[in-house]
Formats: sequence, structure tokens, C-alpha cells
Amino acid sequence: MDIPDLELNVTPMSTPFPLLHGEVDADEWLTAALAIAENHGRLVALWGSDSHRRKSGRFTLSAVYALENGKLLWLDLPLSGQLVNYPDISGIFPYAARMQRAVADLLGLHAEGDVDARPWLNHGTWPADYFPLRREFTGTEVRAWPPVTDYPFVSVAGDGVHEIAVGPVHAGIIEPGHFRFSVVGEKTLRLEERLGYAHKGIDKRFEHLPASQGHRLAGRISGDSTVAYAWAYCMALEAAWGWQVPARALWLRALMLERERVANHLGDLGALGNDAGFTFGLSQFMRLKEDWLRLNKILFGHRFMMDCIAPGGIAFDLDLAGVEQILSQCEVIEAEVYELRAIYDDHAGLQDRFLGTGAVGAELAARLGLTGLAARSSDIANDVRIDCPCAPYDELMVNIAAHPEGDVAARVAVRFDEIIESLRLIRQIVRDLPVGAIASRSSKMPAGRGAGWIEGWRGGIFVALTVAKEDRITRCHAHDPSWQNWPVLEYAVIGDIVPDFPLINKSFNLSYSGHDL
Amino acid sequence: MRKILKQIAKTGIATEAPPKASDVEASERIHNEILKILGRALTIREVDTGSCNGCELEINALGNVYYNLEGLGIKFVASPRHADMLLVTGPLSRNMAQALQLTYEATPEPKLVVAVGDCAINGGIFGTSYATLGGVDKVLNVDLAIPGCPPEPIEILQGILTAVRYRLPSSR
Repeated sequence: MDIPDLELNVTPMSTPFPLLHGEVDADEWLTAALAIAENHGRLVALWGSDSHRRKSGRFTLSAVYALENGKLLWLDLPLSGQLVNYPDISGIFPYAARMQRAVADLLGLHAEGDVDARPWLNHGTWPADYFPLRREFTGTEVRAWPPVTDYPFVSVAGDGVHEIAVGPVHAGIIEPGHFRFSVVGEKTLRLEERLGYAHKGIDKRFEHLPASQGHRLAGRISGDSTVAYAWAYCMALEAAWGWQVPARALWLRALMLERERVANHLGDLGALGNDAGFTFGLSQFMRLKEDWLRLNKILFGHRFMMDCIAPGGIAFDLDLAGVEQILSQCEVIEAEVYELRAIYDDHAGLQDRFLGTGAVGAELAARLGLTGLAARSSDIANDVRIDCPCAPYDELMVNIAAHPEGDVAARVAVRFDEIIESLRLIRQIVRDLPVGAIASRSSKMPAGRGAGWIEGWRGGIFVALTVAKEDRITRCHAHDPSWQNWPVLEYAVIGDIVPDFPLINKSFNLSYSGHDL
Repeated sequence: MRKILKQIAKTGIATEAPPKASDVEASERIHNEILKILGRALTIREVDTGSCNGCELEINALGNVYYNLEGLGIKFVASPRHADMLLVTGPLSRNMAQALQLTYEATPEPKLVVAVGDCAINGGIFGTSYATLGGVDKVLNVDLAIPGCPPEPIEILQGILTAVRYRLPSSR
């Protein structure tokens, strides 16, 4: 083990990134969490499973941690007998709270202690004694189920305090979620989020699909991160099945991942300009994004590259003409981005809205577990491509983009830096692209366990997968970095004015669907 | 300011001809048709009932300079009370069913419902489960469905135009 004072019996898993796996009891579950927190590790994901056939007990709780040295640690806590309680770790990692509430809704397992026991994903629309992830339920039972119920928001009292309720249907073309603001005048005293509107039973749905088709569902967990999710899923499946992926396929996966990052950053930079009243920025960046997506369509057959990554490799190849198109497009886009960045930087009105708005300091960010792009804007340098680089990132040597200020301006700056860095990576990938096969499939589909860990454009995406023989999925849990970052947004807006909320929200641009599952 | 003007001049007009399907040829003609049918611009309220966000990306793309939706007299509005059409995406999650129903009730007659994407048609890859009802038609009458995962902006635009031309007069 890599943590002082923590002795656990762990074994390395056969994933392309360093991952240790072990079983713990309830005491070790807590001591491990404490030791990891003290040693600057962070919780990546937490979920539960119904292990049905295990003799000693029925349910298992699982957590994955990222240690300071970049290694990942996957701990299973098997609950004995019919036990449904486990020790709460939200006192150590506050962002575990919503994950624990989701486990309660989907599996009926409860964190013990002084925890927020309100349902999270279940809005009252399925019965409180219906736990879709338990084996006795198929997930497709149809009953006359109730409509949504009221949610007990925390209310703020005082002179002149009033509430503003927003959503789930928003004014713009965005995903569904509810925001409850407690305000005095224009100033936000408190924001409380209610999510789960886009819950579509993805964890259970995986169990109805052949493992060899699961990448299609994974690629639709969050449409803007389809490449990252499909890759993370395939990485997990290939580890479980012991499949080797040809080098060329891995390099082309990285090409798509970086193209996905650029596409989203271009769109966000436009939208951020727009939310600060600078529509010129929106029309310019949306034009660049459209050009970018159209080349995706030409080269990969799909504007967002959905279903282009499949178990064993990829579903298309890139020819020399394609390489030329990519190189010349990178040149054009890079020149335009530099020009637009100069315009953004020089625009007093825009900078006035960006600077100091929605600030999250490094200390608060670390305590709340902020991750990915948003963390890099708050002086926390984590990036899966750098911390545990899988092929081809071990050869590409990504330069981290980081800004310390933690405000909207910093999140804008990180996006600009990352576009330029991704353009550099894309050029390097197509120039050094290894020759050879683009997929290597095998008839070998044994039972096993695997995991995937990919830096999507928002942050690290983790997929935990257990497969049974005959191409079946026993459990698949995909974790979006938005689980960590949504609660931080509630802090980022405190003291800012309500009209700055859309701007701050956009600067994080978190996933609803990826969180709601 | 000089840099902004320079960039605008350099970019020029990037707007492309609208889709030729439904024997429509020019943006002016589409605009005129919408005016003739509705007496004013077409206004749309978009509702995501559990989509993966892919359809939202493409609907947002309709606003870029290539498709220039507003130039055709079509705009997205913030309230269903201002809308002629609901553009609905996603498998219908149980958690969104009531919100969709309320949004529909808040939309004045005559109104159109267009389902965008495979999920809104039948639940798509998410199917029907404890969490999703399947297609949007489980709750609302759908006037037109636009298949695809996600449908591309040009297909969504074609669908919107088709719905306006063929469905709205009969629903009056």
C-alpha cells in the first residue's frame, strides 16, 4: 500500500492504469477513508451492488479513491447477512453525501449516522420499497406509480429573504434540473440544487444489454462526452476480458477524445461570452464548433463520434487525406482562437463580468473535492492524462492547463489553454500515428472485473464493470465528475448576484444526465 | 473594437441555404410561409425530458450562423406561454413527466408537439423501465417525430418546417 498507517490486503487489477483492489470490513472502510483523506487522496466514486449469490451476505458497497501518487484504490465492503447499513464517510468526503443518497434510492442501503436522508434520484415516482438494483426486480415492472412529490428544501429565514425557484424546465436549451435560490435583493444567500430529473435507470439498463454492446449505452450517458464514456467502458471491458487493443486504435481513440474536448470548449467559450452579453463571441465560436463537427462527420461518420469506439478497438480508420484535413483544420482553428482570445482579453465589459465572479478558492475546492477542468481553474492540478497516463498519453506528454484564481475568468482561461494544448496533441497524434490494425476482437469473453479511467473534457470519468460468462453484464456503474462538482456550484454563487448565476453555472457546465444516470 | 470589426468583416456571411426538402427553396419563402400560417414568427419552447444532451447540442447548433434559424423567423423562447411549438427530447423520465404535462398545459392553443430523436420516439436505447415511460407520446399527442441519435441540425430544421406546413392549420 502507498499510504502510511494503512495496511490493507490489496491486489493489482489488470487495467492499463494502476488500480489496486481489495475487500475491507466496516472498520477498515472508515479508517481507509480517513487515512486517504489525510494523505491528500480523494474519493472518485461510490456505489452499491446486490451480490446475490455470495454466501456470507447479500450486498456490497464499493468506493474508488485516487491516491496522491496517481494510483487508484478500489475497496469493496461486503455487508454480512441481510445487513443494509454501512458507515457514513460524508463527514470525511462531503461530496460522498449525494452518492450515498443515490445508493439508498436504488439499492436500499443506508449510511449510518447523522446524514441527509432525503431521497435524491427518486422524486417519489417509484415506490419507496422498490429498489431497482436489487436482483428480485427486473427494472421493467410496470405499476400504477405515483407522480412526483414535494421536496423539503432547506429554507432560509430573515428580513427580506425570499426564494426564487428555477426549473426543471429552463429558459434556455439545456438539461433539466431545479435550483432554489434564497436571496436578499439581488444577492444570493444560498443555492440548493435538486437533480435527478434525467434519471433513466442506466445502471439497471446495462444489465439488460450484452457486454459487447454496452459501449453504445455508455456513449449515451452524457452526449457531450460520448467518446470519453465509450472509451472508459471499453477499457473496463477489455481489462475484464483480457483483450489487447492495437496501438493504432488507442492513438485514434485519443484523437477523438481531444477532438471532443476542443468541440466542447469551443461551444462553452461562445456560450460564456453570450452569458456576459457578448453575442459576437457566441456566433464566432459556434461557427468554429460547427466547422469542427462537420469534419467529424466526414472523417468518423458522426458529428459527435458516437459508437466510433467499440470493444477491441475502433470502428473506422483514418487515411492520409483525413490526416491532411485534420492538420489544415487545426491551423485554421488555432489562428482564429488566438484572435478571439485577444478580443476576449481586451474586452473591458466581458472581463468585468468574468473576473472575481463565482470564485472558489483552492482550499475550499480541495475540501469539497472539486475535480477536472474546474479544479484546474482553482489551483488543483489533477488530470488523468498526466496523473496516470495510459497509452498513448504516456508518449504524448500532456502539459497541464492550470490557473489559480478559481473564478469564471480562470475557467475561461483554462478552456483557451486546453484548446491550444489539444490542438498540439491532435497534430502530434496524426503525425506519429502507429500503423497496423484498428481492432482486435477475440471470442474470449470470460467472467471478470474491469475498470476504465479517462479524462473527459469535464474531468475524470470512471467506469466499474463486472461481467459474467456469455457476454453478460452483472453490474456496471459509470461515474461522472459532475457528482463532485455540482455541490461546489452551491458555494461558488454565494454572495454573487442572481443574474450572474447563468454565467457561473455555464463556466462549470456540469452534466445533468451524467449525474442523474 | 477594431479587432471585433475586423473579425466580423473577415468572417463574412456564413449562412447557408435552408434545406430543400418539402419543395422549399429559399429562406424568404420559408419566412413568408411561416408568417402566412402563423401570422408571426414561429416560437419554440424546448423541453428536455431526460435526454443525454446530444439532441440539445444539435438544437443549439441550429442557432449558429450556418443555419441562421432566426433569419427564417423561428426563435426559441423562454416561456411555454410564448410558444407555438414544444420541441421535446429524451426518453420521457418519470421524474419529468409532470413537468412536461405542465409545460404543455401552459402553452396556448394552437400548439404543436415535435419529438426530437430516437429516445423521444420510443425511449431509444434507454427503453421503458421503472425510470422512463418511453416515448413522449405516452403523455402528449405528438404531431411529428424526427428520428436520429441525435438527428443533425438540418434534419431538425426540416422537421420543424414540415410540422408547421402540414400540421398547424389542421389543428386549428
